[in-house]
Amino acid sequence: MTLLSLNALTVRRGECPVVDAVSFSVSPGECVGLIGPNGAGKTTLLRAALGLLPHEGLSSLSALPARARAAQAAWMPQSREIAWPVEVETLIALGRIPHLPRGARLRQEDRAAVDAAIARMGLEGFRTRRATELSGGEQARVLIARALAQATPLLIADEPIAGLDPANQIATMQVFRALAEEGRAVIVSLHDLGLAARHCTRLLMMGAGQLVADGPPPEVLTPDNVARVFGVTAFWAETPQGPVFQPLEVTR
Amino acid sequence: MKLAATLCALVAALFLASLLTGWVAANPAAALRALVAGDGTPLSVVMQDIRLPRAILAVMVGASLGLAGAALQGYLRNPLAEPGLIGVSGAAALGAVIAIQTGLALVFPLALPLSALAGAVAAVLLILMLAGPRGGSITLILAGIAISALAGALTSLVLNLSPNPFAAADIVFWMMGSLADRSFQHVWLALPFMALGWALLLSTGRALDALTLGEDAARAMGVDPFRLRVTLVLGTASAVGAATAVAGAIGFVGLVVPHLLRPFVGARPSQLLWASALGGAAMVLAADIAVREVLPERDLKLGVVMALVGAPLFLHLIYRTRREMA
Amino acid sequence: MSASVRTSRFISLVAALALSGAAAAGPPERVVSVNLCTDQLALMLAAPGQLVSVSRLAHDAESSAMAEAARAIPPNGSRAEEVYLLQPDLVLAGTFTDPATVAMLRDLGIRVELFEPARSLADVPANLNRMGRLLGREAQAADMIAAYERDLAALSVDLAPRPRAALYYVNSYTAGDRSLAGAILRAAGFDNVAAETGLDWGGVIPLERLVMLAPDVIIEGRDYPGQARAEDNLNHPALAALKDTRKAGHLTDRDWICGTPQVLEAVRAMRDLRLSLEPAR
Repeated sequence: MTLLSLNALTVRRGECPVVDAVSFSVSPGECVGLIGPNGAGKTTLLRAALGLLPHEGLSSLSALPARARAAQAAWMPQSREIAWPVEVETLIALGRIPHLPRGARLRQEDRAAVDAAIARMGLEGFRTRRATELSGGEQARVLIARALAQATPLLIADEPIAGLDPANQIATMQVFRALAEEGRAVIVSLHDLGLAARHCTRLLMMGAGQLVADGPPPEVLTPDNVARVFGVTAFWAETPQGPVFQPLEVTR
Repeated sequence: MKLAATLCALVAALFLASLLTGWVAANPAAALRALVAGDGTPLSVVMQDIRLPRAILAVMVGASLGLAGAALQGYLRNPLAEPGLIGVSGAAALGAVIAIQTGLALVFPLALPLSALAGAVAAVLLILMLAGPRGGSITLILAGIAISALAGALTSLVLNLSPNPFAAADIVFWMMGSLADRSFQHVWLALPFMALGWALLLSTGRALDALTLGEDAARAMGVDPFRLRVTLVLGTASAVGAATAVAGAIGFVGLVVPHLLRPFVGARPSQLLWASALGGAAMVLAADIAVREVLPERDLKLGVVMALVGAPLFLHLIYRTRREMA
Repeated sequence: MSASVRTSRFISLVAALALSGAAAAGPPERVVSVNLCTDQLALMLAAPGQLVSVSRLAHDAESSAMAEAARAIPPNGSRAEEVYLLQPDLVLAGTFTDPATVAMLRDLGIRVELFEPARSLADVPANLNRMGRLLGREAQAADMIAAYERDLAALSVDLAPRPRAALYYVNSYTAGDRSLAGAILRAAGFDNVAAETGLDWGGVIPLERLVMLAPDVIIEGRDYPGQARAEDNLNHPALAALKDTRKAGHLTDRDWICGTPQVLEAVRAMRDLRLSLEPAR
C-alpha cells in the first residue's frame, strides 16, 4: 500500500521544466525528508503532487477528487498565513473542515482530534490566545497542529521548521517521526541537513528539478551528492546519539 | 448564540422604532393598531404603504450590504473590502440607471434589478482581476477608486443625457442612497435577488474559514477555488445589485458592521456572515431613523449618515494597515 | 492683471458707445429673450421683426404655450457669448437667469431687463404692462390686459364648499397660496391644503404629511419625458390607497408656470375639475 505515488511528474514554467520527470512513492511508516538547494523545485514538486499546480505525469493525490484528497493528505504551505485574529483552538479546528458533514458543527471526534493535535504540539497553554499575536515560531507550531488535526494518513509540510528555535525544531521533527512510527507518513521539505539526517527515515534529494538521490540518509548524503547538489563539503559520523551531519565548506 | 439573540432583539427593536418614526407623530398604540387594521384611514395608509415597506427595505438592504461586506472581506482577507468602497455599489447604480433611462425597466420591471446585478458582476470581476486572489490593500483601494470614479462618471453622464429635467437631480440619490417613499413594489422587486444572494453568500462560510490559512491550504482542505469565486461573485452581485437598484448606493455598511462584530465572533469569517447580516440590518434601520429625526421634512440621504460613521473608521483602518501598504 | 482689466473695460466702453449710437431714443429694434416667460410675453407683444431670438425652451411645446409662434424665431441657448453676437439693444431675462450671464452682458454695455417669476394672477397685467412699455407697444398691452381681466372674471368660481386640493409635483414639491399655481387653484374654487401646513409659497411636502392631510383632490405635476427616480413619488401606492381622495391627473405645465394670459387655460381646466366634483358632493 502506498500513500502517494508519483510517476514522471513534470511541471513546466513556459518551456523549461522546473520539476523534471520525478517518480517515487511513499508508504505508511515513512518520514521522508525532501532536501535540495534553493530553487531546486521542492515546493513546486509538493504543490504539483497535491494537485495545486497543473502538471504532466501522474500523482496519485492529484488524481483524487478534492474531498477525498483532503481526507488523504494534509498540507502545510511554506507561507504561514493567518488572515484573522482567531483563537488558536479555532485555528487548529479548521483542520477538521474536510471531515465535517455539510452544515455540521464540531463533533466529539473532531474535538478529540483537535485536543490530540494541541497536546502533541505542546500548545495547551495557548488555546485561547489570538493566533495573530503569537511569535513566528509559535505560529508555525499552531499551523503544524492545524495540519495534524486534519488526521490524514499523509502529512506534507513545506519547510515547517524554518525559523523555529533548536528545541522546537527537534521536538517538531520528533513529532513527525512519531507519526511515521504510528503508521502514518510524513513528507517534509527542510534545509537543515543535520536534522534531516537524524530524524528522517528516508531522504529525497533534488537538484535543478530532478530527483538526484532517494534512499536512507546515509545513502543520500554522500560526500559526492552533497558536493554536486549543494556545493559544500560535510562531516558525517555515526555516534552513540545517532548520526551527525554538519556541512563545512563551500566548494564553488 | 447570545450574540445572535442580542442582534435579533436589536433588529426587532429598531424595526419597531422605524415604524414609529416619521413626519406624523402618532401615538404608538394607535399607529400599530392602524398598521394591522388596514381600514383605509390616512394613518393606516401611512403605516401600511409608507412606513412598513420602508422598514422592511431597511432590513433587507442592510442585511445584504453587511453580508456582502463580510463575505468580500473573508474572501480577500482584507478588512477594507466593502461593496461601496470597491465600486460594486457604484457599478450596480450605473446598471440600474441604464435600465431606467433606456425605458427597459418600464417595459419589464425585473430589468431594473437584473441590470444592477450585471453592473455589480462586472465590478466584482474587475476587482478580483485587479486585486488578485489575495486582495492587497493598496491594489484593492486603487482599483476601487478607479471603478467608483468610472461608474459615477458614467451614471452622471447617462442622467445628464436624459430628456427628463429631474434626472440629473437623481445623481445624489444614486450616489448616496435613500429609502424615502419606497413602496412594496420595491420590496417584491428586490427580495428574490437578495434571497438568492444571501443563500449563496451564507453557503461560503466554511470555505471562507479555510481561506484564513491562505488559498493553498484551503484548496488542500477541499475548497474548490473556482466554485467559491463564482458563488461569491454571484452572491455579492445579487445582494448588492438588488439593494442598490431600489435604494441607491449606500456606502460603508459592509465596512463598519463586520469591523464592529468581528471581535464578538472570534474573528471567524463564517460566523461573521450571519452576524454582519443582522448587524447591517440594524445599522441601516438606525441610520434611516436618524435621517428622519434630524431632517424630517427633507430627504436627507442615508449615505450622509453612513459616511459620517464609516469614513473615520475607514481612515483608522488605513492607518492600521499602513505598514502593509508601504 | 490690472492691464487686462483695463483692456476689458476699454472694449466694453467701445461696445457701449457703438450700441448706444445705434439705439438712440425710440423702441428697441433688436430684442433677445433668454427666459421662457419673457419669451412668451415678448412673442405676444413685439412688433414684427422686433424680437430676433427666443430661448430654446420656447420651442418646446410641453413647456411653452406659444411654441408654434416661437418656431418662426431662431432660438438661443441663453449664454452671454451667443446673445452678445446677436447684437441686441435689449435683452429680456428672468431674475433666475444665471447672474454671471446678466453681469457679463451688462458689462458689455447691453441693456438687460429682468422679470420676476409671477406669484399671483395680478402679476399678469403688471407683466404685460411692463413688457408693453419696454417694447414700445403700450396700446397692444392695454388691449390684452382688458381681455385678460374680462376672461378671468368670467372663469372665476365662487361655489361653496371649497374642496381641499393639493398640488403635488416631482420630488414631493407643492405650491402654496403665494405662488402662481396656488392662485390659479384658488381662482378655480379650491382651497390649497399647503396653507394648512404653513407653506405659503411652496416647498417639500413629505408623502406622509400629504396622506395625513387626506385632501379631496390631488393634482399632480407634469409627467416629464424620459424617466427619473425623482418622479416616483407621483406613482406611490399610498396615494392610490387613499379612498376618499380623487387623483385628478397631471396638470399641463405650459399653462401654469408663466405670468401670461395663458394662465386662463389653467384656471379653465381647474374650474372644469371643480364643477365635475359637484354632483358627487
